[in-house]
Amino acid sequence: MATAVIAKCPECAADVKLAADVEKGEIVPCSDCGAELEVVERDPVELRLAPEEEEDWGE
Amino acid sequence: MRIGVLCSRIRAEEKLLFEGFARRRLEIEKIDDRELVFDLAAQPRRFDVVLERCLHHSRALYALRILNQWGVPTVNTYEVALTCGDKINTTTALIAAGVPSPRTLIAFTPESALEAIETLGYPVVLKPAIGSWGRLLAKISDRDAAEALLEHKDTLGSYQHAIFYIQEYVDKPSRDIRSFVVGDETIGAIYRESSHWITNTARGGRARNCPVTPEIDRLSRAAARAVGGGVLAIDLLEHPDGLVVSEVNYTMEFRNSIDTTGVDIPGRIIDYVLRVGELEAVPA
Repeated sequence: MATAVIAKCPECAADVKLAADVEKGEIVPCSDCGAELEVVERDPVELRLAPEEEEDWGE
Repeated sequence: MRIGVLCSRIRAEEKLLFEGFARRRLEIEKIDDRELVFDLAAQPRRFDVVLERCLHHSRALYALRILNQWGVPTVNTYEVALTCGDKINTTTALIAAGVPSPRTLIAFTPESALEAIETLGYPVVLKPAIGSWGRLLAKISDRDAAEALLEHKDTLGSYQHAIFYIQEYVDKPSRDIRSFVVGDETIGAIYRESSHWITNTARGGRARNCPVTPEIDRLSRAAARAVGGGVLAIDLLEHPDGLVVSEVNYTMEFRNSIDTTGVDIPGRIIDYVLRVGELEAVPA
């Protein structure tokens, strides 16, 4: 079982628990404030507010 | 084989694909579209195949154009992205191939759009030519709503919103069908059920397995061929006169469809990527 890693939410400074195999570019929610956060670095893990949805996003 | 995966935000689908590659002990290089710089004259050929999984249609389109120009095989190709990323191109391709689709009119001014809407008769659906996840779709039920919406789109939107894609409203049974085509095979399908007329799962539609009938299979493969083929998700509507194809998606999402259909969708995509890479690989 992979060990979880902890990073600070840039919005509310809460501790956000992430899976050890979290990917750069992955979006995780902050369980305290609900902000959508993007993993911008893995080692050490760094989070920033995820970008707002843009008009040409999709599938 | 040198495999690239072009992506930006890592969604559930990309994670499933990465896990699928890792299980097969296949190394991949993740190419973040936010960090990319293309030197157009350089023409490097670092990859035998690139799987495109961008969130932005515009970035996907231009990256595929450049990669294909350099001779790098991609899933999907630039031509497929060009056709599927714009609903006017998609519907044109479907009609050219004889694939049934809802009646669609195109107009370039609010005045001609209003005339087109009244030609079809209310209700009609207005869609942005470029867009996804059910965003900015409008069901217009009367002339007052039509006039207001057309004026708003013409005044407030970018120039693309003044290209009016006007479609017959299909009175479907609280669901649509999404099928998944890989190569020339329909690998599965789901119903997307919703009490709202917009049934996208991104908008709360619930996924349920849909048996692939011979008709769904035939139409799905015909739609895939019409847009150039590859890895595609086909949206079908149950029109009173029979099934019609409304859209074709070229960077499909499938997180809600693996358990629902029992099909290893990421595994099938990886199989296809490897086939494309093997078929088109040239000596390094």
